[in-house]
Amino acid sequence: MNLAIIKYNAGNIQSVLYALERLGIQAEVTDDAEKIKSADKVIFPGVGEAGSAMQSLKEGNLDQVIKDLKQPVLGICVGMQLLCNHSEEADTNCLGIVPVEVKRFPATKIGEGVLKVPQVGWNSIYDLKSPLFRDIKEHSYIYNVHSYFAEDSEYTIAHCNYGIQYAAAINKDNFYGVQFHTEKSAQIGDQIIQNFLNI
Amino acid sequence: MDNQNNTSPVAQPSPLGVGGEPGLFGLTKRIIPCLDIKDGRTVKGTNFVNLRDAGDPVELGATYAQQGADELVFLDITATVERRKTLSELVKRIARHINIPFTVGGGIKSVEDVSVLLNSGADKISVNTAAFNSPELITGIANAAGSQCVVLAIDTRQEEDGEWYVYLNGGRTKTDKKCFDWAKEAVERGAGEILLTSMNHDGTKAGFALDITRKLSDNLPIPVIASGGGGKMEHFEDVFQQAHADAALAASIFHFKEIDIQDLKHYLKERNIAVRL
Repeated sequence: MNLAIIKYNAGNIQSVLYALERLGIQAEVTDDAEKIKSADKVIFPGVGEAGSAMQSLKEGNLDQVIKDLKQPVLGICVGMQLLCNHSEEADTNCLGIVPVEVKRFPATKIGEGVLKVPQVGWNSIYDLKSPLFRDIKEHSYIYNVHSYFAEDSEYTIAHCNYGIQYAAAINKDNFYGVQFHTEKSAQIGDQIIQNFLNI
Repeated sequence: MDNQNNTSPVAQPSPLGVGGEPGLFGLTKRIIPCLDIKDGRTVKGTNFVNLRDAGDPVELGATYAQQGADELVFLDITATVERRKTLSELVKRIARHINIPFTVGGGIKSVEDVSVLLNSGADKISVNTAAFNSPELITGIANAAGSQCVVLAIDTRQEEDGEWYVYLNGGRTKTDKKCFDWAKEAVERGAGEILLTSMNHDGTKAGFALDITRKLSDNLPIPVIASGGGGKMEHFEDVFQQAHADAALAASIFHFKEIDIQDLKHYLKERNIAVRL
């Protein structure tokens, strides 16, 4: 299988590569439009800030390339957020592939404390409905590091709750996105990546 | 290894964090073993007789990951000129083999040091003395790589006046800065987590410093990792229930198998503390 990882200025993707390597999967990290278009599957990673990540995509003309992809695409973390319509982070217009808004966790007061933002740590996913979660049990734990989340919608394929119920994963047509870090989510993360590759 | 969740009771996402206290919804409390590293090897002995090489941080870390550790911290105390290269090579090996997040700390002085380690595969970087001496280091790392990867480590000691003061250089140098004030400033500068070690409690196995941990955890908008003093399972219960820590870190009790991570997590779960099992 020919797997492409989209290369753009959006943080360190070494961990994603290592995770694939642990699964015995080779991938090519590339910003070459033809290579991305001809891949069997595409992973769209991202760590960092949505505004500059989107800017970097546009500069490389990768925004249109991604929108036109017909093969399964998996956005991870900021990659997932960029698949959406718009993000509150730096008031960014995203790719608009999945018509969903990305918002910031509200500074909610909880008892004597506050809802800490970013959400850092292990939380559970539930209401799983996609081949992406084949063999994954309801309420499995996944690792999160994020301040922004995709709003719940008809495109939600997994829920998570952090002060508010949000979309831990989304899907529209051939585009999939997960907010959590599959590459850091122990066996559950490995299984989800494997499931994506089997779609 | 089998999927651990398949054998565990299903955890319900609950609006409650710990035993009746309003908490952080489904987010679990984290258990973090800390490994001290020198010249690419773990320095403290361990009781892991089944390891081929207990001095190999990667093998020990992978063992902890399999036992259910939520994250790992690698603290480098190498003092040689070769340290940067040795450490970045070790970080690459860790990132290749371990599928949970890890933090690297020890003697990190510049944004450039941080970039090398993050590009090698570290998830977070902890800074201590250098950040105190040059607080713009925190801002620099946060701007370059995001707050989520900046862990501010604070070594603190409660003095006779009852106040908690910041200590530097591995606890050798006292400052006049109060722990809470420094933590608050660090948050404003972009720190993403606080790793709080009480020097009064470290090594005692008599329990964590509940009051200062709670003060930081309740008053700062970022997670607090409690460190120093964890010796029994109930100490972990206390630091989560009473001090509202987001995570608890320990070293020798895990290395010497005085506490098994799975046993600890089951113990906490039975006490209504959300943990990943």
